[in-house]
Amino acid sequence: MTVTTPLPSIDKEIDARGSFCPGPLLELIRGVKSVPVGGTVAVLSSDPGSNKDIPLWIQKARHDYLGAFAEDGYTRFVVRKAH
Amino acid sequence: MSKREIVVLGGGVGGTLVANMLARKLDRRQAHVTVIDRTGRHVYQPGWLYVPFGGPPPKRWERPERGLLSRKVDLVVGEAQHIDRDAHQVKMADGTSYAYDNLVLATGAWLAPEAVPGYAEGAHHFYSPDAAVRLGEALGAFQGGKVLIGVADIPYKCPPAPLEFTFLLDEYLRKRGLRERTEITYLSPINRVFTIESVSTFVTPLLEKRGIQHEEFFNTESVDPEKKTVTSMEGTELDYDLLVLVPPHRGVPLVVDSGLGDAQGWIPTDKQTLQVKVDPSMYAIGDGTDVPVSKSGSAAHFEARVVAERLVSDITGSPNEHVYDGRVMCFLETGHGQASQLSFDYHHAPRPPKPNHLYHYEKALFNHAYWYLVPPGRV
Repeated sequence: MTVTTPLPSIDKEIDARGSFCPGPLLELIRGVKSVPVGGTVAVLSSDPGSNKDIPLWIQKARHDYLGAFAEDGYTRFVVRKAH
Repeated sequence: MSKREIVVLGGGVGGTLVANMLARKLDRRQAHVTVIDRTGRHVYQPGWLYVPFGGPPPKRWERPERGLLSRKVDLVVGEAQHIDRDAHQVKMADGTSYAYDNLVLATGAWLAPEAVPGYAEGAHHFYSPDAAVRLGEALGAFQGGKVLIGVADIPYKCPPAPLEFTFLLDEYLRKRGLRERTEITYLSPINRVFTIESVSTFVTPLLEKRGIQHEEFFNTESVDPEKKTVTSMEGTELDYDLLVLVPPHRGVPLVVDSGLGDAQGWIPTDKQTLQVKVDPSMYAIGDGTDVPVSKSGSAAHFEARVVAERLVSDITGSPNEHVYDGRVMCFLETGHGQASQLSFDYHHAPRPPKPNHLYHYEKALFNHAYWYLVPPGRV
C-alpha cells in the first residue's frame, strides 16, 4: 500500500532500483542491520514485488514499518529498527 | 600528454581484466599499469563449491597472477596498508609506496566470522580453501542427522551458492546411502527460497521433490556451538548436527582503514560510472563495492570492462559514454547433472530456463575455460 503522509527523517537510504539479485529486500535487511536501534532506513525499489515482500519481512522481524512513498517510477520504503 | 599512472589494487577477476584491457588498448607512452596483489595467486573461487564433495582440490583452482597478466603490466606482490588520497599514493606494509593518477579498487570481500557470535566454533562453510577441505572432512565422517544450510549474514558472494550446495549435498548423500537418515533444511533470509521470484518458482518444487525442507525469513543472529542451535533475528531457533552457513562478509581492512568504506566496509560507488563517490579519480569494481548487484565474478567481469573503457576514453580524449548497466550472468547448479542460467541487468529481470544438462555442462566447461577466456579479455 502506498501512503501519502509526510516522509519521515531517514538515517540511511539505499538505492536498489534495478536490483534483481540480491534485490531490494536483502538490501533493506542489510541496511537495518547496519543502523542502531531506533535508526531509520529507506530502500528505493522499482520492483513491484517489493510491495508484498518488504512489509512482510518488517512484520516478521518485528520492526516498525513507516510506509511506502510513491516516487516517479519507483517506491521509497521506510522502516525503523525496533530492537 | 604525460603518461598516466594507473594502480589496480587486487588481482582477482576484475583487477586482472582491467589491467589487461588497459595494456591492450593503450601504449606505453599513454599509461603505465601496476597491479598490487596480496598473494600473487589468482583464485577461481567458484571451484570451492565442489571441494567438499570430492571435487578437484583448491590448488587446482589457483594460478600465478603473473602468468595471467600482460607483460606490459607490472605486478607487485605485497600487502597494501593505506591509501593516501591527498598524496595519491598507496602505502605498502613494507614501507614502499606507489603513486597513482587513477586508482582502481578491486579489493574484493573479506570473511568476518567474528561478526556472528558462535559462528567460528559452530559452522562450516566452503568460502575459503581450508574451510572447504574441512567441510569435506566433516561430510566424510557424517553418518546422518540434521543438516542446516544458509547464510550467516548479508551481503555475501554468489547468492545462488548455498542453494547449489544444498542440491549437491542431496545428491552426495544419496550416493553414500545416507539420505534416508538425513534431514536437510535450507534457510532463506527472505520470504521465498531465492531472491529472484522466477528462480524460486522452479527451485522450490525441486527442493520439495528431493525431500529438502525450507525455512523462510531466517536471518542468522547467533550460533550456539555447545547446544548446537542457531537463532535468527526473526526469533526462530533450530537445532543441527551439521551447520553449513556462508560466512559474514565485509569490506577489506585496507578500505576500512583508509576511510573509504561504509558501516560494513563496502565502497560507496556510483552504480553506473563505477567511480568512487568520495573521489571520482578512483574506480571500484567487484565484491568490494556497494553497487546493488550480486557479489560475483560475473559482475566484476562486466564492471571491469566498463572501467577500462572509461579510463581509455579519458586518456585518449574520446567521448566517455561507457556505463555499467548492472549486467550479471551466472549458472545455478541444481544437482544430478543439471543447471540453469541467470542473466539480467538493471533494466531486464532474469528469465531463467528450467534446469537441464546443457547448462550444467556449460558451467563445467566454463569452470575450466575461465583461465583462457576471462583474464585476457576474450569474453
